[in-house]
Amino acid sequence: MLDIQAVSKTFNPGTPNEVHSLRGVNLELNAGSWVIIIGTNGSGKSTLLNAVAGTFFVDEGRIRLAGQDVTRWPEHARAELIGRVFQNPFSGTSPSLTIQDNLSLAALRGRGRGLGWGLKASMVARMRDEVSRLNMGLEDRLENAIGSLSGGQRQALTLLMATWLRPELLLLDEHTAALDPKSADQVIALTEHVVARAKLTTLMVTHSMHQAASLGDRLIMMHRGQIIHDFQGAEKRRLRPDDLLARFEEVRRAEQLDESAAEMLAENYV
Amino acid sequence: MSLLVGTFTIGFILSLLALGVFISFRIFAFPDITADGSVTLGASVAATLLIHGVTPPVASLAAFGTGVLAGACTGTLHTRFKINPLLSGILVMTALYSVNLHVMGSSNISLLGVNTLATQSERIGVKLMRGATSFDLVGWDVSVRDTMVLAAIVLAVLLTGALLYWFLRTNLGIAMRATGDNVQMIRALGVNDGNMIVFGIAISNGFVALSGALLAQYQGFADVGMGIGMVVWGLASVIIGEALVGTNQLGLTIIGAVMGSVLFRLMVAVALRWGLSPNDLKLITAMFVFVALIVPQFIRQGRMWRAHA
Repeated sequence: MLDIQAVSKTFNPGTPNEVHSLRGVNLELNAGSWVIIIGTNGSGKSTLLNAVAGTFFVDEGRIRLAGQDVTRWPEHARAELIGRVFQNPFSGTSPSLTIQDNLSLAALRGRGRGLGWGLKASMVARMRDEVSRLNMGLEDRLENAIGSLSGGQRQALTLLMATWLRPELLLLDEHTAALDPKSADQVIALTEHVVARAKLTTLMVTHSMHQAASLGDRLIMMHRGQIIHDFQGAEKRRLRPDDLLARFEEVRRAEQLDESAAEMLAENYV
Repeated sequence: MSLLVGTFTIGFILSLLALGVFISFRIFAFPDITADGSVTLGASVAATLLIHGVTPPVASLAAFGTGVLAGACTGTLHTRFKINPLLSGILVMTALYSVNLHVMGSSNISLLGVNTLATQSERIGVKLMRGATSFDLVGWDVSVRDTMVLAAIVLAVLLTGALLYWFLRTNLGIAMRATGDNVQMIRALGVNDGNMIVFGIAISNGFVALSGALLAQYQGFADVGMGIGMVVWGLASVIIGEALVGTNQLGLTIIGAVMGSVLFRLMVAVALRWGLSPNDLKLITAMFVFVALIVPQFIRQGRMWRAHA
């Protein structure tokens, strides 16, 4: 379904701010699998998602999605295949438009937009139905501007919009990180429901060890632009939040060892 | 009375300009200075075509078309070549000055004795009134010509406003509004935001050029300097309109822009009547927009200050 081959990306090359965000990442996703990505800050997990979404072009490597090489496709062209939910609840919706206008935009994701009417009666009925399933009481507020909604409500709507037309791939970039715990739980429950119902192939970045352990059927851990662990099948099912924390501790120790060793070498030989 | 009718007429003509500015400034948050050039472009294209015997509706439509082209240039400079929006507009506006001189062949054209939309509506009016050139409106002597021109322009503005309202609610129009609102989201939904901006700024300048074409036909001449300060004028209208309707509901903001333009023209007419020198007009307009832009900030600061106190 998704095939990432030897993808590298360096930001600000040749300047003091040079960052090697992705270093030869390989990742292959089967159709219908739900992969969780965790990693330290700056490990490249969000960068990987953005590389797939086409926010920027990668320096090296290829990205294939649903049988097509999308490496050089611009972001708006890839949207035909990809549904996205962002970390920032403000990013996924248009605040001054109404809920129904936003949904009508999503109903044409990746398709041509002409002078047709987005809000036909049948469409509004379907909107009311789908929105009522969010259990947020928004079905009677379809004509309200999104700007008046809470972060949790916006993320729920963004998720609905991202999956209104079944995407080949769903990208979730820490989509509950900016929410209060209750809203986050609500959005996660909704995510599980949506992904299971449409059997979506999903790539999800999270900071929450609890989410990482309980969701998905595969988990990868990133560090310094590379995938350092890949848990699948029974191994993934056995993972507990504590195991993941232990892995992070390992990474941290290895890093300290590197640094102190380098320091010692420098003291002795330079 | 004829002064009042004339004030309303110009107010409505310039409301098309206000709608153009509304699209660029409010929908796309794109400070588009091109409008200063495309007012004149519309006027000079329409005037030149009229002199060569083209029928007024066709000449006005052609003016709209050239405005669309000018706007598309500005949009393309910004989206394809990554030039700052303000600078893109300044470049095209500057270039248009020469273009306008070329179109007219001189710095101004008189439409005296030429068939225009104004003379056409006058003729229809005279026919309707069976030959009378003025009539009695509750005690006032009103010229048929002025009234018919006003009626025609009101009709045109109503039509254009309704068309714009309809368009902004189609799938394409919604995508356009969302582009100005949240680029990240609209890309993620598969819309080429660059194309949307080019298209939107093109339409905006089409409206502005149409406004210039009508203005030239109404006042009977086109002049290469007539566009100076028009963006600020349009912005003032939009700001007044927003204050009048006090909501960001789409239909009402469009009506507000039209009302704002008429009201602003009325205010200017009154000020001139009270002895404001026409030379100071642009200065006063600029100061007005300045005040209108900073007042909301002061109100917000005042509220915060009170909240902290």
